[in-house]
Order: sequence, then structure tokens, then C-alpha cells
Amino acid sequence: MATKIDSEIHQRNFDIDLIRLDFPILSQQVHGKPLVYFDSAASAQKPRSVISTISDVYSTEYSNVHRGVHYMSQKATDAMESAREKIRSFINADNIREVIFVRGATEGINLVASSWGRSNLEAGDEIILSVMEHHSNIVPWQIIAEETGAVIKVVPIDDNGVFDMDAYLDLLTNKTKFVAITHISNALGTILPVTEIIKDAHKKGAKVLVDGCQAAPHIKLDIRAMDADFYVFSGHKIYGPSGIGILYGKEELLDVMPPYQGGGEMIDVVTFEKTTYADLPFKFEAGTPHISGAIGMGAAIDYINSVGINNIAAHEMDLLSYGTEKLKGINGLELIGQAPEKAAILSFNLDGVHPHDVGTILDMEGIAVRTGHHCAQPVMERFDVAATIRASIGLYNSRDEIDSLVAGLGRVRDIFS
Amino acid sequence: MTGNLKDLYQEIILDHSRNPRNFGTMENPDKSAYGNNPLCGDKVTVFLSLEGDKILDTSFDARGCAISIASASMMTEMVKGKSIDHAKELFEKFTSLVTGDTDPPGELADLETLSGVKDFPTRVKCATLSWHAMLAALDNSDKEIKTE
Repeated sequence: MATKIDSEIHQRNFDIDLIRLDFPILSQQVHGKPLVYFDSAASAQKPRSVISTISDVYSTEYSNVHRGVHYMSQKATDAMESAREKIRSFINADNIREVIFVRGATEGINLVASSWGRSNLEAGDEIILSVMEHHSNIVPWQIIAEETGAVIKVVPIDDNGVFDMDAYLDLLTNKTKFVAITHISNALGTILPVTEIIKDAHKKGAKVLVDGCQAAPHIKLDIRAMDADFYVFSGHKIYGPSGIGILYGKEELLDVMPPYQGGGEMIDVVTFEKTTYADLPFKFEAGTPHISGAIGMGAAIDYINSVGINNIAAHEMDLLSYGTEKLKGINGLELIGQAPEKAAILSFNLDGVHPHDVGTILDMEGIAVRTGHHCAQPVMERFDVAATIRASIGLYNSRDEIDSLVAGLGRVRDIFS
Repeated sequence: MTGNLKDLYQEIILDHSRNPRNFGTMENPDKSAYGNNPLCGDKVTVFLSLEGDKILDTSFDARGCAISIASASMMTEMVKGKSIDHAKELFEKFTSLVTGDTDPPGELADLETLSGVKDFPTRVKCATLSWHAMLAALDNSDKEIKTE
């Protein structure tokens, strides 16, 4: 396939012009201007190889999976299970029984909060979150806390958006049963020291879930080295389809957790007297899964691997430092989140102009940024802002696009001067 | 979308957003209501002082974008001194104006400058938030207004 050959070339020499050709949507014009897409942290665009894989599934190998004895069912099952193996290898999990397909990271967190939480949490137990969590890593824990009487504790951050390790260690006690933290903050870009956080939690016997949505597309993952008990991420943020994601869980934990949803696919024997459940990972995959989504997610991982995650990280770090420097040169611009360990997210405000007005003006220049609270209202409150403008960088962004952003912000200044 | 930024951010709109009229909380209002757009974080509280069915005075307190502040500012100028029924009629006229249902109906004066919003569908809620809050205050609705 042409895309594969292109990608082999990228790996030897990361060529942004060639990379951009892999993403058909990027050649579009928006309001008469070339599309500049800086909203990958919300959802990333898809390379041609992912788009064609999904189309090929429906054209050549589609059927329901895991049950049919016929040829097509076997073909679709093989494709889906091969995607699971790709994902296992991508995160360096021990085995495929620990790799569960879910609708997205949100469902993965809800699954753990509900299944693990309901069978392990009691009144007075404590759950530690950080102030940087996305709402999807707050609300499921509030629901289970309400139900069980468990108590939520929140780790603060400093003015640069750095996780307060000392405060965390103070909060961590024998009452702590669970720690749910993000790997990379979606609103600030802060990279958290998850390996250390996990090690400290384990010393107290607490289990840890890491929300890896913003990490999976940007940095090399090694679940076994990290020693996370649970890790979640979404397909659509790693250049794959939406509606599919991954929950990784340690086998010994998943084994004893009750099912989250009942239905087909997750059963062993069903009678009205008693039902026994399927083995992992199927115990947690009730119902017909998002077959083309899972296979498409596998194709997205093939794409990332072919470009090379370390090449991607290096390219994005270059854009982050270039963009940070350029934005700091703009009068009245305040960068929000300046942690030393940071991923390629530029969150900022322009003095005297509301983020929504900035967003509309940039949109008319063809530039897509996100404006708002980024589903992280506690972070906005921490910095006493209602909203920010967020330019999030993906592997296909370029220095020229950073220049376009800076020029667009100049246009904002012209209108609001 | 074929919106024109010059139409959206006319000088009069920017002026109201920079120097909002009738801005601030009111001591002992007869009615008030809070509006919130949870998607963007815009917040507004509209205060009304009434005598019979007449709006004697009105003010607002808000955090939001230029469009939402300008709309609230012009609204308070417009409805002050009007009857409650008249204010409700203006609500209908204004919401039609910014959703593009009708040609500018006249009578809205400066508020007509906000008609450019209709070409920016994602921003219509910004322009109407304070108006929904005013309507809720007049209707004694204690339910928080949400536009999203």
C-alpha cells in the first residue's frame, strides 16, 4: 500500500510535508483559507490508511465476530483480534486478556469505577484525584463515592500547573483505596510523574487508574514499567475512529471484578438459574462490539508505529517550544500551564478579549482552536478564568501553522484594538 | 457560514462590550434571574426593578464574550421604562433577529447591529443568554437558565 511505503520513508526522515499528505482533510480550505487544525486534543484527524481500513472492513471482511462458524465471521474475528494484539504491543501489556475494547476512555473509567468501586469501596474509604482531571475522570468517581460513602480527595497544582507531589503524599494514607489521575492534562499539557505516583500509591495498598487520553498519541507507553493497575485511552485521539477505546487492567484485578454490563458475548453458560461469564477480555465486552472501530484503531496504531512515536514526540516538542516562544512575544497574552514537563498543548488567554471571540475570529482565518473550559472546570477555577483558548498540536502540524496562529491573533488584536 | 467579522464586531458592539451600560448588581431587585451557558462558561444575572407592569430599572452582572456582554448591555438600555408585555415582545423580536427568522423588525435600534450573529450559528446563544434570563425573571422562573 502506498501509505505504508510513505510511512517507511517518514520513519527514516520525518518529513512534515509527506505526513500531511497522509491526512486528506488537511488539504481543505475553510472560509477561503487553508485549514489549520489545532484541535487534536479534542479529536485527531485520520490518515488515509485508517479511512481505507474502515472502508475495507465493510467491503471485504465484515461480519459479526466471535460466534459465527462461517468464513466471514472468522475473517472479521481475526481482524479484530489482530487489532487487540497491536494495541497490547503498543502499550506493552503482558497479554491480550488485559486489553478490553470499550466505547472510549469515558466508558473505561465508568467501568472501573462501577465494577471495581462497587465491590471494593466502603464508607470512609478515600479516592484521590488531581485538580487537573477531565470531567470524565471526576464524575464517575463522584457517582461511586455517593453510592458507597467513599470520600474524594483532590491533589492541587502550582501556578505553572505542576502536580503537587508533597500534597499528594500527605493525602495518601491507609484510607486511600484508589487513585485516579491523568497522564497528561488536556487543559494544560502537564505531564504527570505517573510512575512515581503509582509506586507511592501501591506502598499504601491503593490501586491506580491512569487516564491516558492525551498521552497515547504523543509519548511512548510502557504499562508494565509504569505498573498502572488500569489505563484508559480513546481511539479517536490516536488518529483512529471515534466510538472505540481501550481499558487496560491487570489480569488479576479484572479476573475478580464483576461484569459491568450483561449481554451476549460476555457469557459462558446462561440458564435462568445461573449464568457463568466468559473469560477475559470478553467478560467486559457485552454486546456486539464496534468491529470496524476496533480494526480501525489497530490501523491507527500501525500508522503511529510506522511514523515512529519517538519521531512524533520530537516533532511535537519542537512545535511546542517554537509556539511557546512565539506566543510569549504577543503583548497581553498569558500562557496557562507552563510545567517543565509538558506535552504539545498551548492554553492561553488574550488580555481584554474573551476566548470565544478569539475562537470565532481565528475560525474565519481557517484556524481551528478550542475555546472554553475543556471539560476541566476545576482547572479553570484554579486559574480564576472562565475559559481559555487551546491550540493542541498533532503530528501533522507545522511551524508554518504556528505562524498562521500568531498572525490570526494579530487579527484579533486589530479588531479589538 | 458566510459570516463577516466586520458585521459581527461592529464598533457599537465593541463599545458596549468594553463599557457595558447598566452593569452591576442591584440592591433589592423586584426580580432577578441567573443564566449560564455550561458549554462556554458565560454567566449572567439580570436584575429588574418594577412598578406595576412597568420596568423602572434594570441592570446585569456578567462574565462572557463581547457578543453576550454587548447584547445584555443594549437589552438593559432598551427595556428600561418599557412595560413587561412590551419587554416580552422585544424578546421575541430580538430572538427572531439573531436566528435569522425575520428581517430586522425595526424598533430594536442599536440591537439591530447584532443581526450579524445569525451568520455565526455557534454564537447565537451568546447573544440570547441575557434575554432568556430577563424573560425568566419576568416570568418568576427560579429555574436557572441554560443555553447550550
